Amino acid sequence: MPLITASKTQPSYDVIVVGSGAAGGQTAYTLVMEGVKVLMLEAGRNYDPVKETPMFQTNAQAPLRGTSTPDKPFGFYDSTVDGGWQVPGEPYTSASSDPTRQFWWWRARMLGGRTNHWGRISLRNGPYDFKPYSRDGLGFDWPLGYDDVAPYYDKVEMLIGVYGANNGLENTPDSPEGCLLPPPKPRAGELLAQHRAKKLGLPVVAIHRAVLSVKQDAATIPAKLHPKNPTAQRILAQSMRERAACFWATDCGRGCSTRANYQSSTVHLPPALATGNLDILPNSLVREVTMDENGKATGVICVDRITGEERTLKARVVVLAASSAESVRILLNSKSPRHPNGVANSSGLVGKYIMDTVGARLAGQIPALENMPVHNEDGAGGNHVYVPWWLYKEQLAGKLGFARGYHIEFGSGRRMPGMGATAGVADLTNGSYGRQFKEDARRYYGSFMSFAGRGEMIPNDDSFCDLDPVVKDKWGIPVLRFHWKWSDHETKQAAHMQQTFAALISEMGGKPNKVNATGAEAIEPGGKIIHEVGGTIMGTDPKKSVTNQWCQTWDVKNLFVTDGGPFVSNADKNPTLTIMALAWRAGDYLLAEMKKGNL
Amino acid sequence: MSTPELPPRGRMDRRTALKWILTATASLPLLDRAALAATAPAAKAAVGYGTDPDLLKTYKPGDVWALTFTDDQRRTAVTLCDVIIPADAKSPAASTVGVPDFIDEWISAPYPGHDRDRVMILEGLAWLEAEAQKRFGNEFTSLVAGQRRAICDDICFVPTAKAEFKKAAQFFTRFRDLTAGGFYSTPEGWKDLGYVGNVAIETFEGPTPAALKHLGLA
Repeated sequence: MPLITASKTQPSYDVIVVGSGAAGGQTAYTLVMEGVKVLMLEAGRNYDPVKETPMFQTNAQAPLRGTSTPDKPFGFYDSTVDGGWQVPGEPYTSASSDPTRQFWWWRARMLGGRTNHWGRISLRNGPYDFKPYSRDGLGFDWPLGYDDVAPYYDKVEMLIGVYGANNGLENTPDSPEGCLLPPPKPRAGELLAQHRAKKLGLPVVAIHRAVLSVKQDAATIPAKLHPKNPTAQRILAQSMRERAACFWATDCGRGCSTRANYQSSTVHLPPALATGNLDILPNSLVREVTMDENGKATGVICVDRITGEERTLKARVVVLAASSAESVRILLNSKSPRHPNGVANSSGLVGKYIMDTVGARLAGQIPALENMPVHNEDGAGGNHVYVPWWLYKEQLAGKLGFARGYHIEFGSGRRMPGMGATAGVADLTNGSYGRQFKEDARRYYGSFMSFAGRGEMIPNDDSFCDLDPVVKDKWGIPVLRFHWKWSDHETKQAAHMQQTFAALISEMGGKPNKVNATGAEAIEPGGKIIHEVGGTIMGTDPKKSVTNQWCQTWDVKNLFVTDGGPFVSNADKNPTLTIMALAWRAGDYLLAEMKKGNL
Repeated sequence: MSTPELPPRGRMDRRTALKWILTATASLPLLDRAALAATAPAAKAAVGYGTDPDLLKTYKPGDVWALTFTDDQRRTAVTLCDVIIPADAKSPAASTVGVPDFIDEWISAPYPGHDRDRVMILEGLAWLEAEAQKRFGNEFTSLVAGQRRAICDDICFVPTAKAEFKKAAQFFTRFRDLTAGGFYSTPEGWKDLGYVGNVAIETFEGPTPAALKHLGLA
């Protein structure tokens, strides 16, 4: 990918975008397609999935059979570069030593950020999800509603390519005709769950994931996305034609060299670069936003992660899309006598109300899946079906004891055997070994299923981040300190998840693993689901929010935050699709304001 | 995807932070801090493959860090691998597809947890040799199948192992996990289990009619 070096940067740009993931990718794409000159700064190295993705490499070709290590926490072949729960030289801290009050922060230092690694689950927030306070009196309402965002969900789905189906379920929006690609057929275990879950009232339906089940319609989509812009249409059509349809093998977490799934580095950035309006400077860690005496942003100061050199870069508008927590860190570190608490922080709310997704899981062994006739179950490198939240009415009536819902993701199938291929077999057979073990392994392979709940967390006053007063990173930049606490709504939800999974596994004729004694034990640590949002929440009142509904900071009108930071709630729906929809919407607003001469 | 296991660090003072940066290890939280302090001065501690390894290269045991087994240990390990995964009509024995080398790589790895496995596996292999001498006056590798089975039956399952064999049973359990994982992740192991994926196909058809019938959903 043609990127620039520091010596090639222009004296000034229209817009600097900090970050190259879902938010940065979408923001830059929206702007450069309309002729705006953008400099994108990425803290990590250049990364080219087309050349670097280990598509068919097997675990036997990897060190330690590809298992996870501190260097590669999601396994050797996970696409993440220079990242994980820790980034060498770039620590973060926790305010509490209490293990239940930790926040795990996943970062990637690479072009495309965390979009290279993610699960590609792309669910729309529903109407309730934008007005949670109005519905149950908890948390906050967004300053916008589903109808404001829906046109952007349509556009993002068409741009990135999302498979799925419309099911007409409550608060689980259907997409207009032409937005979704056909979903893949369910796998054996998914079908069995679908069949048996009916008794429990669980709807098992096609999940939505950003994977091309068929090639995109390059003949009609570009004109829908860029009306009256033939250049943008031509560039996008070309990019769409270069993307292959999924060939039904390999885990999406490795990335995709044929560009069949969405990652910013294969979907947003190639057409954005083709406009000639985008410069990308990698290895550039932004430290602070620079300000003039009139309270306007003038650009950023960044550190070269290779040389340690500091650089000042200028633009008319600055957009932070560095991940919600990293954007908070940049704002808080932009301290000066005029801005003693950091920039855009007159409300004192920068860093407040950070959220993750509630996670709990349970696995079980399903005899009906033993000795399955041989067939290929690789599929789309992730889930084909899921269970959207189904108890809205019971919950609203106060029957559940927790306020918000969750959806269920499935782990099943005759997956590529690795170190865990025969986990559990010895226990099921009282320790078999030898020829008997080989027979047992054949019998049990692919007969285990796991279910993972992904639920909504309600923002609370005890979950926030600020600057650590002591610890700095290797360049001397103050690091984030996380404060975290789950409320009963989340822990009770986690307990409900496990009970549901146990019931479903039993209904499938299986034996569930042991359920945790309490929800507090069942719940995953904060941050571990890697759905970090909040910290620069949007709103209608400058005293009670950091940005307006356009992701524009109240205090500094030429400063925007388009990552998950402006989220004021974190619905069970995975946040990436909404991040992109809101980033596109913010980009349209930014363009209009520029045209009006307001920026 | 495998489950990540490292929590973030707790509250940290500047000195600890500096030490963390200097040791350039992302694994501090799992290590006992006193143990880290004790091992830190070791000049030639093995390092891992780092946070940006070449993912397209084929790695062999010993490529990234030095291996551990002596010839004697290796011989015992080869024999035990094949007691656990012997050749049969469907697939070869574990030792013929590189599993002992993989186990050596595993116990030699400079990552948290692997040091515990190194101790457990090396002590276990030594115990096995001592037990073979004690019971049959011979090396484990030279025992006949029935003699090996007599020992392994005593240590193959922790919950039912007699008290004097508990520790050996823990070793055997771990060795079986490593052997099976190492074996079934090879092309020969895939074939044995009936894994037929990791190939590009035009369309995904879902379960075959035979599979649907097996599920009672045909």
